[in-house]
Amino acid sequence: MAIFSVYVVNKAGGLIYQYDNYVPRAEVEKTFSFPLDLVLKVHDEKVIVSFGQRDGIRVGHAVLSINGVDVNGRSTGDGKEILEFLKDSANYPVSIRFGRARLTSNEKLMLASMFHSLFAIGSQLSPEVGSSGIEMLETDTFKLHCFQTLTGIKFIVLADPRQAGIDALLRKIYEIYSDYALKNPFYSLEMPIRCELFDQNLKSALEIAEKAGTFGPGS
Amino acid sequence: MTVHNLYVFDRSGVCLHYSEWNRKKQAGISKDEEFKLMYGMLFSIRSFVSKMSPLDMKDGFVSFQTSRYKLHYYETPTGVKVVMNTDLGVPNCRDILHQIYSTLYVEYVVKNPLCPLGEPIQSELFSTRLDSFVRALPFFSARAA
Repeated sequence: MAIFSVYVVNKAGGLIYQYDNYVPRAEVEKTFSFPLDLVLKVHDEKVIVSFGQRDGIRVGHAVLSINGVDVNGRSTGDGKEILEFLKDSANYPVSIRFGRARLTSNEKLMLASMFHSLFAIGSQLSPEVGSSGIEMLETDTFKLHCFQTLTGIKFIVLADPRQAGIDALLRKIYEIYSDYALKNPFYSLEMPIRCELFDQNLKSALEIAEKAGTFGPGS
Repeated sequence: MTVHNLYVFDRSGVCLHYSEWNRKKQAGISKDEEFKLMYGMLFSIRSFVSKMSPLDMKDGFVSFQTSRYKLHYYETPTGVKVVMNTDLGVPNCRDILHQIYSTLYVEYVVKNPLCPLGEPIQSELFSTRLDSFVRALPFFSARAA
């Protein structure tokens, strides 16, 4: 049971807060000799495996680090193209770490505004009158819960499909937002939330929700 | 509990079949536009979900719900997509959508030499069988009709 991440989207579809609450699993580090027996390709400014699934390295996984140095997009830590680097037999043996690519902040921004549109389309395509937008989206690996306030701010929580008490958590996050972002005189509306108290309280709310799934009566 | 409507899309986004039972609100656009919007939404949700997922996915997108309805989604490896809108009380419909594909679509469309693939399904046999299949579902209630 886990809560994976929290997004706050303003009424225009801009991402104003994001927090990741999980450590990525299923990363595989392996030492290869020349020639490399995986086919890699560049996709979305990342080098991903396109063929040659083996030993926990899956198609779609990205190259995360080479010889212990984190890669930077499609180039190695010291600025060489990864694909060129791996073609050169002089660089072998090489140790490469593979895993699911983590989202960059740009991608998070894009995904948040994408959800904003999906939310609106979901309510337009409704076969019933008076439908809201997407409130819960279920996949086999996670559930996305969304709560839209009357003022149009969306709180989005990604959690394990079996995690309970997310509705209470969403309301709690709204409460934390009202208390520590809105009441902060230095916070300007619709802008990214950079408030220490908001961070702290959000983190403890997530911890409580993961453990118990409730915030007691009346909350 | 009730079923509102059902869409079948092929891998290129053509709406092969559409039928509705207890639909109370139209989208306010032509059916053609609606199919495109629905397919576009599903296409985006699929890519959204595969990027957002913290773990490697198997089935991917399963369903979403709003305050008034629930959309169930099933996709075959060949890219045929079956989408059913129901009310909120209906549990996971994956098996039912798979049945619609395997016992109706495959039997009456794929195996029918007069049904060209990749075009809207004209077969009356398919529509009537689908209609009676959906009406026989345990959560299909005529009360709302």
